[in-house]
Amino acid sequence: MRNLLAFITRYNAFFLFLIFEISSLIIYVKYNSFQKATFINSAAEVTGNMYAQVSKLNNYLSLKETNDSLALENARLRNQLKSSFFIDTLSKHKVTDTIYKQQYEYIEAKVIKNSFNLRNNYITINMGSNAGIEKGKGVICNTGVVGKVIFVSPHYAIVQSLLNKDTQISAMLADTKDKGSFRWGDNLDPHIGLLYDVSNNAQPKLGELVITSDLSLFPTGIPIGRISNLHAKGGGFFLNMDVKLSVDFSKLQYVYVVDNKFAKEQLGLEAQQKN
Amino acid sequence: MGRTIIVNVLRFFVLVFIQVFLLKNITLYNFSTPYLYILFILLLPFETPNLLLFALAFILGLTIDAFYDTPGLHTAACVLLAFVRILFISITVQKDGFDNEPEPTLSMMGFRWFLTYAVVLTLIHHFFLFNLEVFRFSEIQYTITRVVLSSLFTVFLMLISGLLFYRIKERK
Repeated sequence: MRNLLAFITRYNAFFLFLIFEISSLIIYVKYNSFQKATFINSAAEVTGNMYAQVSKLNNYLSLKETNDSLALENARLRNQLKSSFFIDTLSKHKVTDTIYKQQYEYIEAKVIKNSFNLRNNYITINMGSNAGIEKGKGVICNTGVVGKVIFVSPHYAIVQSLLNKDTQISAMLADTKDKGSFRWGDNLDPHIGLLYDVSNNAQPKLGELVITSDLSLFPTGIPIGRISNLHAKGGGFFLNMDVKLSVDFSKLQYVYVVDNKFAKEQLGLEAQQKN
Repeated sequence: MGRTIIVNVLRFFVLVFIQVFLLKNITLYNFSTPYLYILFILLLPFETPNLLLFALAFILGLTIDAFYDTPGLHTAACVLLAFVRILFISITVQKDGFDNEPEPTLSMMGFRWFLTYAVVLTLIHHFFLFNLEVFRFSEIQYTITRVVLSSLFTVFLMLISGLLFYRIKERK
């Protein structure tokens, strides 16, 4: 017994190392799925507040870019206003519009923490369950798809960005509507993604727009990027191509969380069918 | 003694602040990301008890993890770093020859020793960190490149901060 104690005290560094290393690996394996990590992340009160303070300062430095992008978006939206169209039929006013029901609602949020140089990147935004954000909702910005919500606290939410090895969304070519899957490429370039498993019959062209398909959790037709290389490495047995992302993740400031009003109904229906 | 504690507590907060709000946004060519915060563990005094050393490494890792949203990742790497530090120092340093609470700083130990110390510990920390983060062998080529380039960046920043706080009278 005494020998054992002497042995342990002589090599105490090694035993302490074992204890601490095993406990940290347990934290890593157990909490890394994000569901249980309620306090060790940037949605927690302390870290969230600190990020919010620093992002206030950062915003001043990029006011010009933000203004430009908002002005562009305003112009685009103004083009869609009814008042900007020339009305050539008188009967148009008399129809009461009951065939349209709003399906998507957008919640505006500010990015308070962002990364784009890790293997798995997450974005923290300043809106949470109090603003109606739920897990699994899509996130877009004025230039394209950003990611999906994976963790929500009352005031903050964490978004798994496109630049993450677990993100996979259904996409299609804008012109021919050929569907495929989209994920981030292997070489960690924050501007390039990979569109794979597109049917061999498709004839993609360089520079063609890649948009979200109607199978995804985003509204159909949100841009993802443009094709930059037709013969990409990796992916499946079908056509694979590199996509230059339309969102510049290093300059992300404002995003919109997409609330699909019919998602619950659709999911409920699909769950019924499984039983 | 009191001064050592204050200096180290201050160093902890400054390094975490710099790492989280400044260096986190820096990447060179998608490969090189500096992790300067490990300088805190490197610069703890020689006579820190092992238990305290491990506990501090654990707390430092957990703090960084809270900001990086990677629970346990940096913690595991920091604890490994603390263990390697103990081994390295027990092999290369004669503990008796010092008078008052010495620290393994650049000005105290000289350029050659500090460079070896920083390079070895940073390489091991980064190798473990990046591989644990990626966790697959198929990307080992990219991972190794990232480890080497990031270590270069980190060691460069460590040497700069070492020279910034260089004090001539400490050198024996």
